[in-house]
Amino acid sequence: MYTVADLKKGLKIILDGDPYLVVAFDFVKPGKGQALYRTKMRNMINGSLLDRTYRSGESFEPASLEERSMEYLYKEGEHYTFMDQQTFEQVVMEEETLGDAKNYLLENLKVEVMLFGEKAIGISLPNFVNLRVTETEPWAKGDTSGNDSKPATVETGYVLRVPPFIEVGELIVIDTRTGDYSTRVKG
Amino acid sequence: MKIDALWLRANVIKTVRDFFWERGFLEVETPLLIPANAPEEYINPIITTNSWQLQTSPEICMKRLLCGGHQKLFQISRCWRSGERGSRHLSEFTMLEWYRSDCDYHTLMADCEELLQYVAARCIPESRSFVRDSSLITPFAPWQRISVQEAFLRFGQVDVWECLRKGLYEEVLTSTVEPALAGFSTPVILMDYPKELAALARTKHEDSELAERFELYVGGLELANGFSELNDPDEQRRRFEEANRSRRNAGQTALPMPEPFLNTLATMPESAGIAMGLDRLVMLTAGADTIDEVVTFTPEEL
Repeated sequence: MYTVADLKKGLKIILDGDPYLVVAFDFVKPGKGQALYRTKMRNMINGSLLDRTYRSGESFEPASLEERSMEYLYKEGEHYTFMDQQTFEQVVMEEETLGDAKNYLLENLKVEVMLFGEKAIGISLPNFVNLRVTETEPWAKGDTSGNDSKPATVETGYVLRVPPFIEVGELIVIDTRTGDYSTRVKG
Repeated sequence: MKIDALWLRANVIKTVRDFFWERGFLEVETPLLIPANAPEEYINPIITTNSWQLQTSPEICMKRLLCGGHQKLFQISRCWRSGERGSRHLSEFTMLEWYRSDCDYHTLMADCEELLQYVAARCIPESRSFVRDSSLITPFAPWQRISVQEAFLRFGQVDVWECLRKGLYEEVLTSTVEPALAGFSTPVILMDYPKELAALARTKHEDSELAERFELYVGGLELANGFSELNDPDEQRRRFEEANRSRRNAGQTALPMPEPFLNTLATMPESAGIAMGLDRLVMLTAGADTIDEVVTFTPEEL
């Protein structure tokens, strides 16, 4: 168990059954009065923010979270399946839980899956992924319209802006932190 | 800590010292390691070898000097309060305390006005204003003095006595009253606290439910706590015992009584004393958001 003295930014605790990350913390103690521990916490499952104030003597259950390397296998409806290559254990995650990460999931992609008990609550992706362009307008040479980008669809179905010279079939690098085109893979 | 913050800190300390020297105050150094602090419900001393304690404030020793006939005293010293760490708290911090005999808390309020004007004029001569959350606070315009009850009614639309009964006092003070005080462009004095909130202060002659205690706020930051001193040893012992009873009820250890202090308290003249957080005064002078920015090293850096 944690006590209020353990509270700090980055601490993970269980509140009403959900894991929470402490994202802001301050100790306040007005004029010789009772100490208050003010926290702002993020629900690690749905991302919602919560303000809570605690007093001396309160305690918290630590949230034990585990990150495991897994491979993305396949998608069925809104369910995405991942597998631990060592134990062959599989976990399923909802599209809603994955958020934008679903845009980069190509079969056999290696990701870090965050587990809260048995439940997968999120994944961390590599900062950059390579995806092939499946659809985009051809580059009209001599185009003077001044557009320096155009839409393109990649093999996961994700649509982003790319430079005009990118063609169907090319492999491009995407920054998963911003979702933006980064560069093209030559050769 | 940045080099200009170090210079500013040194300058504030020197300026504070000059202020009191110019006004004939005696600068004293009382022992930091003592057998007993004033027992308080919510202040935990750091216990050292042989059960002695680091001072949580120099007040016990300074009041004994008042008993010995010294009339104007000041001290800049380190104090320790176990478990206190936040954006404006350090477990080890620097306190400025001054005491005067033959006066009450009104004299201290006037001292505060003069001191803050003196520091602003010398340490921040261009703006002559303190900074908190990017707002300027000038000590040169008239300061408002607001009673605690009035502040709770005006800013929180609640009665302070009701808050105390329901255990909501600290919550309302920090979430409603202090943010409202941050909106003032001058320092503000909050005064006349319910007597439960003033363990060592004298009650008012005209209303025994109120204590002659005040707090100085600058930009919503609590800077100093002063009061007319209680000099009735029986009443003081009763309040210390009450604090220890509350501590035991909350599962805390009771603290030893400062007996030599209680034994000489009857000889203390009418007096008033005040404690000001010097690190916080430097924060306001530097416009620093956190106490971390105005000390050489935080505990985490050691």
